[in-house]
Amino acid sequence: MLSRVADSLYWMSRYLERAENTVRQLDVTMSLMLDTGGTSAEQRWRRLLASLGKPAGLEWNGDLEAMTSALVFDSLNPASITFCVNGARENARQVREEISSEQWQRLNRLFHQVHAPGAQEQFASNVNDTLASILDGIHLFKGVSDTTMIHSQGWQFIRLGRYLERAYASATLLEVYQPDLLHLAEGDTTGYQYLELVGLLRCCTSFEAYCQVYTADLTPDRILEFLLLNRDFPHAIRYSVDCLNDSIESIQRTGGRRPPEELTAGIGRLHAMLGYTSITEILSGNPSAFLHTIREQCMRIHEYIYRYYVHYSIQSALSV
Amino acid sequence: MSAGPPMELDTLFGDYLLDHAFDEMREATGEVRPHYRALAETLARLPHDELQRRKQSADLAFLTQGITFTVYGRDEGTERIFPYDLLPRLITAQEWDRIERGLTQRITALNLFLRDVYSDAKILKDRIIPRELVYSCKHYRRQMRGLQVPRNVYIAVVGSDLLRLNTGEFVVLEDNLRVPSGVSYMLTNRRVMKRTFPRLFTSYGVRPIEHYPQLLLATLRSLAPEGRPEPNIVLLTPGVFNSAYFEHTYLARQMGIDLVEGRDLVTHDNVVYMRTTDGLKRVDVIYRRVDDDFSDPLVFRSDSSLGCAGLFNAYRAGNVTVSNAFGTGLADDKAVYAYVPRMIRYYLGEEAILPNVETYLLSEEKERRHVLANLDKLVIKAVGESGGYGMLIGPHSTAAQREEFARQIEANPRNYIAQPTLDFSRAPCLVNDALEPRHVDLRPYILFGDKVNIVPGGLTRVALEKGSLVVNSSQGGGSKDTWVLQQ
Repeated sequence: MLSRVADSLYWMSRYLERAENTVRQLDVTMSLMLDTGGTSAEQRWRRLLASLGKPAGLEWNGDLEAMTSALVFDSLNPASITFCVNGARENARQVREEISSEQWQRLNRLFHQVHAPGAQEQFASNVNDTLASILDGIHLFKGVSDTTMIHSQGWQFIRLGRYLERAYASATLLEVYQPDLLHLAEGDTTGYQYLELVGLLRCCTSFEAYCQVYTADLTPDRILEFLLLNRDFPHAIRYSVDCLNDSIESIQRTGGRRPPEELTAGIGRLHAMLGYTSITEILSGNPSAFLHTIREQCMRIHEYIYRYYVHYSIQSALSV
Repeated sequence: MSAGPPMELDTLFGDYLLDHAFDEMREATGEVRPHYRALAETLARLPHDELQRRKQSADLAFLTQGITFTVYGRDEGTERIFPYDLLPRLITAQEWDRIERGLTQRITALNLFLRDVYSDAKILKDRIIPRELVYSCKHYRRQMRGLQVPRNVYIAVVGSDLLRLNTGEFVVLEDNLRVPSGVSYMLTNRRVMKRTFPRLFTSYGVRPIEHYPQLLLATLRSLAPEGRPEPNIVLLTPGVFNSAYFEHTYLARQMGIDLVEGRDLVTHDNVVYMRTTDGLKRVDVIYRRVDDDFSDPLVFRSDSSLGCAGLFNAYRAGNVTVSNAFGTGLADDKAVYAYVPRMIRYYLGEEAILPNVETYLLSEEKERRHVLANLDKLVIKAVGESGGYGMLIGPHSTAAQREEFARQIEANPRNYIAQPTLDFSRAPCLVNDALEPRHVDLRPYILFGDKVNIVPGGLTRVALEKGSLVVNSSQGGGSKDTWVLQQ
């Protein structure tokens, strides 16, 4: 597969995953703010912005409506949902012959949805519905991607983009929440704390899945364990890393070229970190550093993918 | 479903204009031509709203498939749906036979001309075509001199524009020998039409065109360099901002080949490679949809990054086939065009089966004086332009426009030609609820590999605006499906 095409598919997918993450976190923050006790609006927004990676040009200024609108519609801000959707569509447009018509139509529809005249007014009058319908659009796209596209290299690059972005975003989110999480007062009965914990789980669409595994008894260590180490839940970091591993292996199988040591080692290290460490060990050590390492590893893996599959030097390719 | 009463033929025709121009559907007396009768009867039988309903469902098919093109030179200048008309244009087997023979003859001669000019230049030595006309052409590429081209095929893909005059005779208006476009609209039109008029289509016995991508692939494969039995064939596009990008993606998908941009290609030791996730992969045949100028910054325009540095040397070394060859624009120069019938006589010893349109060369003093005196009656064209750019239509022009063109002609006469304003044929189109005649041309697509291959049909382009003579999609033209009949 052409390197440029692989790169575009990868970024199309990363951008959509990023948009989805932003939609969910914004949605959770907005609904938590309905309960005015406990954490203040300012604190929540600072936390939201931190877990989105502290995007430049978005500082809490007290104007809730303007902030929300910017995070959704400001097409010049790289953190906004619109920016991500634009990025995904632009990448898709450049590899129009590689993706299925269904994928293209879905993505096109999503694009026109955020750009429709009146979209901002509609959003202002009903935030939840708008966010929900954007989320629907993204889900539909992912669905048709999996069902209408041949599962060869191109699809694997889509998966690489999706799971790398997801692992990175989840690690960022947990790193931001983790200090608060570990210092919760014992035996809180006001219910605010419970809401916070549900909010964190919902940021990763994992509340219901969590309950199935641990019951509705929400404790910080279990939540961390679930979101970090669960091997069966698609939004757990370990699951994402396993998928990265699968995809790289599959790309190697179809391409016949061995990935470089550093790439397999990078993924292998993450895989081992998450597969062979218990939550007790993590908590007794330095959880913040642990999460930080995951993020760093993700960035490195991205770099290796780019250097090895997309932007390799001609000399190195000719000497093989 | 509510169905109104069927339309009568008279209501259908309404104020249908019939004058001295040839009408594809009706005789001068108003009678429907025999091969159009089944179509007319079907239309007359349809319930009142049915045509509009079918039009809407066909519109939707184009829209959701994103069949678009890009218009340059406008601020909003972005994607637009390619406008089309619902009614097919019919061509009888007999008419097609003549077109096919005429185009085969013409393309064969044009290819021989290119080969000759870039090798011995006999036709110039024999003074059939003036030397300065060829060497002053801006599409002449001296780099092609003495270069051996695979199978001696310079023009593998051609689209020639035909018009039908009021005598009923088809003439060639121009040849597109560089990167002719529009074939994807021919193919998508057909797909939509088969769904819109399934029964009518069957009853007519229309010759198929759907195998065009396969023929194109076979043509490109036949031109692969020696010793490359499983050639890697790619389509080279300028990228997503090109007006024909939709077509590039469409053809690449239909042929199952990679769509590459210049930045995907690298050359090493005069071999072209593409960057893939599995490393560098050798490229054997390039179906080039990038103009000469932008193909290789080392040889042509150095400020362009659309092509691939070193491509031309790899081509010269015979390690990669590029189709069409470089420098083919020489033979579709509108001044060289005037000499095509003489070329046919010179190389093939035959008379042209499809005649040319009468053409004045403005570099000739006498003809120039005549043209400048009659600017309001003639069509002036810049010789190296295409797509309807750089054109003056005398009868529809303002005095200021004519003055401007006169000035440009005086400044650079070699750059312009003039032709009479042609009364070319009209075909019925669906306008609101009635049929109205609009001017049409015909662009068949010719493939030239082992031999000349023409899929029966082509793109019928329509000047959708009433009275307009401009059919170019970049200038508000549309298209129709073209049905070549078995009988």
